[in-house]
Amino acid sequence: MKSRRSFCLLSAAFCLLAAAGCRQDMHNQPKYIPLRDSALFANGSSARPLVEDTVARGTLQDDEAFFTGKTGGADVNTLPFPLTKEVLDRGEQRYNIYCSPCHDMTGAGQGMIVRRGYRQPPSFHIDRLRQVPIGHYFDVISNGFGAMPDYRAQVAPRDRWAIAAYVRALQLSQHAAAAEIPAEDRQKLSQSPPAPSEGAAKHE
Amino acid sequence: MSQIFARSTNIWSKVSILAVPILVAFLGWAVVTISWSGYVTGQGLTRDQPVQFSHAHHVGSMGIDCRYCHTTVEESAFANIPPTKTCMNCHSQIWTSAPILEPVRASFRDNTPLQWWRVHDLPDFVYFNHSIHVAKGVGCATCHGPVDRMPLVYQENTLQMSWCLDCHRNPQKYIRPRDQVFNMSWQRPADDPGMGERLVKDYKIADVRQLTSCSTCHR
Ligand code: HEC
Ligand code: HEC
Ligand code: HEC
Ligand code: HEC
Ligand code: HEC
Ligand code: HEC
Repeated sequence: MKSRRSFCLLSAAFCLLAAAGCRQDMHNQPKYIPLRDSALFANGSSARPLVEDTVARGTLQDDEAFFTGKTGGADVNTLPFPLTKEVLDRGEQRYNIYCSPCHDMTGAGQGMIVRRGYRQPPSFHIDRLRQVPIGHYFDVISNGFGAMPDYRAQVAPRDRWAIAAYVRALQLSQHAAAAEIPAEDRQKLSQSPPAPSEGAAKHE
Repeated sequence: MSQIFARSTNIWSKVSILAVPILVAFLGWAVVTISWSGYVTGQGLTRDQPVQFSHAHHVGSMGIDCRYCHTTVEESAFANIPPTKTCMNCHSQIWTSAPILEPVRASFRDNTPLQWWRVHDLPDFVYFNHSIHVAKGVGCATCHGPVDRMPLVYQENTLQMSWCLDCHRNPQKYIRPRDQVFNMSWQRPADDPGMGERLVKDYKIADVRQLTSCSTCHR
């Protein structure tokens, strides 16, 4: 009799132990990981905004042309760093992510969101926008323009310049004189276009 | 002295020889099944969010790129959930009076963050990093499944250690060209069986020893 009771007790204790093993202490540790909530602050978020006007080491934005697109209040007219193929490729990629939903892939302003009811932006292929200095594009991305939201938080300054450069390339693609095309390519203009290959129009 | 065991005990002892292993095997099976089920791993479950945000709508039918919202996925460990401002980029003009979007507008007005519930949640003792996977050609769809067809996000895979290890041992079975990482409908080309091995070499993927060593994920 006695041994049976102690057997029961033992097995009950074992079950309790096993259940205690399911505690999730190490799974959910009391530390902050990105975007985890906090009971400490009024709005419930653990990430705190920077105190206004603080500058972290190495992030002083002292290059006015690079960080504002302006010098002395006027839009700058040149890219603040050398233009390379990498810059244009990066610009194309970023443009397609952040701008094409509204401005569409060619810059005509017929993007998917516009077709769902967003206000239609002007086409990039109008004279006024072909003639504005490149700093204007940087400024529009950084601060928004009329009905267009700003993309300051989503696009880093260097990428904003890359996008601006790519918009220039888009404009050229719709507005090049035949004389500007290299001779061997100009010949292709008079040939009949090749049949569109399958998948050529797919984007990444 | 009378006999201690009744005659019928013979049968019981014989039955129990068979029954005990079966019981043990059943218990083992039950434990494994439960620990592999969605109930424990979270696989296949959706969660009630403050706003019923649909990736099928925004990604599938409107073609918005993952990076428009998950901005840090290429550079940091964390993929980032977009702030309310990102939603308001469009919803300041689209569906401005829809009741379904009221929590978004309220959050923007009052400057209080929306509280999304995590769908994927690794234990805190595991270190995971998005940027390395994106840089080495592991597509979002490989780990997260067809997000562009999900009205509500669910967890496609178990996220168990064996799942991570299966790929870390054989990355050539899963990786794709870097420029296809964000393409949700990419298919492994049937006419190029050597592509996986070639990419592993081109992208200089670390060797199996390093990728399966405990301190890679438990640091
Ligand atoms: C949510 C939709 C949307 C997105 C995304 C968007 N824009 Fe716009 N954009 C607009 C609208 C709408 C206007 C017209 C604003 C107005 O005239 O009030 C506009 C206008 C512009 C203009 C013209 C300014 C002028 O002088 O008339 C430029 C340049 C521009 N956008 C560049 C960009 C770039 C670069 C991006 C990508 C970083 C971008 N936009 C992304 C909606 C958008
Ligand atoms: C318009 C903004 C937007 C776009 C574009 C977008 N997402 Fe999301 N994503 C969200 C929001 C908001 C959440 C949080 C709500 C939820 O879990 O449904 C989320 C959640 C997720 C989650 C689950 C996170 C968790 O809690 O574990 C995954 C995985 C995900 N997104 C993958 C993707 C992928 C892959 C793409 C590109 C194909 C993509 N997202 C594009 C806004 C977006
Ligand atoms: C690039 C523009 C854009 C962004 C950014 C965006 N949306 Fe939308 N959203 C739309 C459009 C356009 C529709 C209308 C869809 C339609 O007409 O089918 C919509 C519809 C919706 C709907 C209702 C329809 C549905 O999907 O069931 C919800 C809810 C919604 N969005 C939530 C969000 C949230 C939350 C965010 C921020 C994480 C967000 N959206 C960011 C463009 C956007
Ligand atoms: C190697 C597998 C893998 C790949 C590839 C991957 N993810 Fe994830 N993702 C995860 C895991 C695991 C988590 C859970 C992380 C955690 O709990 O700490 C996660 C979490 C997330 C989250 C929630 C926020 C966070 O970071 O915890 C989002 C959003 C997300 N992923 C989006 C994406 C997008 C977009 C891509 C494509 C660029 C992508 N993921 C590629 C495995 C992956
Ligand atoms: C589909 C394939 C795949 C899956 C699934 C996967 N990984 Fe990876 N992982 C890779 C590849 C490829 C690399 C790049 C290795 C390299 O060259 O550095 C990597 C690298 C890593 C690294 C960085 C290694 C280092 O040397 O610093 C960590 C950490 C990591 N993975 C964690 C995880 C965890 C945790 C999971 C499961 C939640 C996971 N991975 C799932 C393919 C995968
Ligand atoms: C590729 C990444 C990766 C590597 C390498 C790895 N682990 Fe894990 N490990 C994980 C993940 C992810 C989990 C969480 C599984 C879950 O949530 O069920 C885990 C869970 C565990 C657990 C279970 C903890 C619990 O309470 O469930 C143990 C123990 C463990 N790992 C030990 C090891 C040891 C020992 C090694 C080296 C031989 C190792 N791990 C290597 C990713 C990894």
